[in-house]
Amino acid sequence: MTARRVTVVENILNANDQVAVLNRSRLDEAGVLSINLMASPGAGKTSFILQTIRALAPRLRIGVVEGDTAPVTIDADKVIAAGMPAVQINTGGDCHLDAVMLKNGLEQMPLDGLDLLIVENVGNLVCPAAFKLGTHLNILVASIPEGDDKPYKYPAIYRGLDVLIINKTDLLPYVPFNMSYFQQGVELLNPGVVTFPVSCRTGEGIQAWADWLLHKSEEMKK
Amino acid sequence: MHELSVTEHVLEIALRHARQNDAARVTDIYLTIGRLSSIVDESIQFYWDIISQETICKGAKLHFNRLPAKLLCLNCGVEFTLDHEATPCPSCGSAQLKILSGEEFYMDSIEIEKEPVA
Repeated sequence: MTARRVTVVENILNANDQVAVLNRSRLDEAGVLSINLMASPGAGKTSFILQTIRALAPRLRIGVVEGDTAPVTIDADKVIAAGMPAVQINTGGDCHLDAVMLKNGLEQMPLDGLDLLIVENVGNLVCPAAFKLGTHLNILVASIPEGDDKPYKYPAIYRGLDVLIINKTDLLPYVPFNMSYFQQGVELLNPGVVTFPVSCRTGEGIQAWADWLLHKSEEMKK
Repeated sequence: MHELSVTEHVLEIALRHARQNDAARVTDIYLTIGRLSSIVDESIQFYWDIISQETICKGAKLHFNRLPAKLLCLNCGVEFTLDHEATPCPSCGSAQLKILSGEEFYMDSIEIEKEPVA
């Protein structure tokens, strides 16, 4: 036997990133603005999607890819009931979506009829941050009851964000949540990130977000 | 938490480079991981021992080279190393920071054994 060192220098997630690039060009060709929507479980991702559909239909045609660890169609059913196409992806227990899973989802989605695609990632603040999907915008739905320390505890996900949604603002009077401590943490990781405080229950703040998104979608068409 | 998927990618890359170099066995794998990559070494090793079983990578030792996170303050120009959690610039207190390094996650090299040419 002869031993030898072989130089590799290859990004570990290179295969994933290459598929992410393919997903991006597929979305660009179709002129569909796409969102990777991330959050912890229970932060209100699905409620936020439904509020977004309510605010923007019929001006925008919105498709949703639902990532779930279990083969349940609870979220997808809600989107379909709201009159928009939904595709369910089961990760088979995996804690995140990856680019290959989204590629499969895109193949089932009628992209040419859409203006906007929302990909609801698996509820998790750690793993989704590491896997690029090829979507245009990384958005996190944080929520008041999770606590104000989350940017400090999950820095990677906050670093990569394009937009931060702070949901459940209607609960601010009832739970201890220091908004300036929270925002200070966000500022350290992602200075100046576009932020929308909303309440999906009362609808407060949704309009400002929807206006911003509509504008982004129109830019995409140019 | 996503170490299984990550370890599968490690195995795929190692096997591909081993095949390209006609390796009979892979003995060592050198990984470089930045401090900001949320990867747990022990967890990768755990999955590695399981998924490499039936391959020429079986028994290969994983070496983890951890790189520190270096940040640049965009306000005062100071460079500093991040040890634990997110902190503002130690010099001027600004939060306008740019990551210089710490997000690396790549395979640097592998060590292989070849059958002697008869």
